Amino acid sequence: MLVLRDGRGDSLILEGRVVAPTQRIDEFLKLTIAEGLLTRIEPSGSSRAVIAPAFVDPHVHLRTPGREDEETIRSGTEAAAAGGYCAILAMPNTDPVVDTAAVLGALVERARAEAVVPTGFMAAISKGQRGEELTEMAELAAAGASAFTDDGRPVVSAGLLRRALQYSGLTGLPLALHCEEPELSRDGQAHEGVVSAELGLGAYPSAAESVMVGRDLAIAANEDRPIHLMHLSARESVDLLRRAQAEGVRASAEVTPHHLCRTDEAVRSLDPNVKMNPPLRSEDDRLALLGALRDGTIGAVATDHAPHARQEKDVPFEEAPFGVIGLETAFSALYTHLVLPGALRLETLLERMSAGPARAFGLVEPRIEVGARANVVVLDLDAEWPVTEDGFRSLSANSWLLGETLHGRVVRTIADGREVFAGGQVLHSHTQQVER
Amino acid sequence: MRSELHPPAPPRRHLLSVRDLTREDVERILDTARALAGSLDREVKKLPTLRGRTVVNLFYESSTRTLASFELAAKRLSADTMSLRAAGSSVDKGESLKDTALTLAAYDPDVIVVRHPAIGAPQLVARCTEAHVVNAGDGKHQHPTQALLDLHTMAERLGRLEGLQVAIVGDILHSRVARSLVQALGLVGARATLVGPPTLLPRGIESLGCDVSTDIATIADADVVYVLRMQRERMAPGASFVPSLREYTALYGITPERVRSGQVVMHPGPMNRGVEIDPRVADSGAALVTHQVRSGLVVRMAVLYDLLTVSSPAPVAVAAGMETA
Repeated sequence: MLVLRDGRGDSLILEGRVVAPTQRIDEFLKLTIAEGLLTRIEPSGSSRAVIAPAFVDPHVHLRTPGREDEETIRSGTEAAAAGGYCAILAMPNTDPVVDTAAVLGALVERARAEAVVPTGFMAAISKGQRGEELTEMAELAAAGASAFTDDGRPVVSAGLLRRALQYSGLTGLPLALHCEEPELSRDGQAHEGVVSAELGLGAYPSAAESVMVGRDLAIAANEDRPIHLMHLSARESVDLLRRAQAEGVRASAEVTPHHLCRTDEAVRSLDPNVKMNPPLRSEDDRLALLGALRDGTIGAVATDHAPHARQEKDVPFEEAPFGVIGLETAFSALYTHLVLPGALRLETLLERMSAGPARAFGLVEPRIEVGARANVVVLDLDAEWPVTEDGFRSLSANSWLLGETLHGRVVRTIADGREVFAGGQVLHSHTQQVER
Repeated sequence: MRSELHPPAPPRRHLLSVRDLTREDVERILDTARALAGSLDREVKKLPTLRGRTVVNLFYESSTRTLASFELAAKRLSADTMSLRAAGSSVDKGESLKDTALTLAAYDPDVIVVRHPAIGAPQLVARCTEAHVVNAGDGKHQHPTQALLDLHTMAERLGRLEGLQVAIVGDILHSRVARSLVQALGLVGARATLVGPPTLLPRGIESLGCDVSTDIATIADADVVYVLRMQRERMAPGASFVPSLREYTALYGITPERVRSGQVVMHPGPMNRGVEIDPRVADSGAALVTHQVRSGLVVRMAVLYDLLTVSSPAPVAVAAGMETA
């Protein structure tokens, strides 16, 4: 087989085609991992396995605290391990909101005991995510916050956003922004276009996103501070971002697998599992997002993994909450829908799922080099597997891919030096926080 | 819910959206309705066709004409029928649509007719029960039997559907009737023009195969002026779609001056007299509103008949000879 244990204690040998785009590696290699470190890299014969730097997901809803029926730190990180992730960042829109050092500290503690892969926690920009007063950012940073965001809601007040950008400079932590003008998205259920018009669904126009993207970029430029734009969905947003980056604005961005693979045509099914915020948009928007991912304008794939209890999605489309899960399917979905048809190079995908998001949030990039901590994913590109409701490690099954057969699969994940997923099983061991 | 003793059922058919229908389906249902209309003139109006079948009406939105006509349609065909309204039922106790549907499904109904304020509700009922599901209106999405009864009314009154020009005037944005009717007109070779203020014309709606205009004068070209109600209950509070009903009426109200002789006027009801339609028009010979109600009964009978007895398209003669069944 491609993976051997050599009998010397902990050490693990992986052989395969190693693809590490940022290091310009694409060759058959044998990697030796011992005591959590990559200790030896040597040439090897050809084989079918692909080995890459493990993935980083900067946008996960762990629903903890408050909705542990939908996801826990344990279940969410098990899903991450199975999806090939070596690090994830959790969103603070929980109950209570992660807006004080006490709430954050408790989560960090819990993650130390429960998390299967290193987990970082973002803290809120505003108290209670109400968009009125700043959180105690310095104290939150000291307590281990990975970044600040009011995700789930936009920062409606331009003045507050400006102050947040200025003040968060004290912490060196990035601000991640959910761009939505609520007056334009009000009652929005689907992208404003042919499908929403035909189905009568409340229209959520592209401008509801791009107006805020434009505003946020202008404020970031004014303050000369970095921002990260979350889950972009519209061509107009991409165009604004590209122009701002060319002008020197320090803005990074992410895109989800569902926005890259699906359009609002999918909404015709009225399946609540294709309802998300921002909504699936047109083919033109999808192609713009794909183009931006290719050229690096959008540097990161993020799942926006959003578990919802079965009873909450088992309702009419119009009454269903927004959001879908994604950790366990992200690579396979993008490989199946973009790489196999030739729309995206495997190398680009691997970079945007690993180094790209790590860079956007100032995290240590997973690397394949002697002496580095082992953060490695092994992929079987020949695998075919059906996505079924009972196949998830996540506590929720609200996937937009149910019933599909996907190609390519994560078969092994090494996160922070520990083997956390292999042989279809999540391997439990004690883990740490995200390394910066 | 069906027991193993039954032979394998043919694929279930639903009427969830006009989009699910072919021209052939529409013509077959209208032919059946025409044949059934004869039975309404008899002294004994009941037909034994659906004896032993069960039709459940599940209504989560207030309705007078639609519920009444589905109930009567089922009864006229000798089906057992039962109607549940959201108010005063377990829905008040917080039961989900899915659980209510599953509870009803335990009685093994042949048809569940659903009206619900949320788009996608009939699809959910179709997913979680074994019954044929008829959409009697889901939010702003679809109301396919209304479209079929409107076609029936036009065909009866004007003698044809092919080539008809229909102007649909008013609050298109919130109207499931408009969406269904535009698609149905397209299926039978007629053409719709949607007329209303820009704020009530959803962007992209012309993809349904219709023309769009903000000028009330365009209705002069139509054979049928189809007037929609201003749906204030579907408008979010504070969302200012029109500055005032007074201005709306001045710009788009259907007055005698705006109706050309030879045109017919239709309205799905209930009417806001003096808002979208002048009472002089509503009460004139040009108005087909009561025709539409009468069509509702035969068309809903035809729809129930079609779902329950036509596995492959049946000849009209079967429908015409039903009373001997």
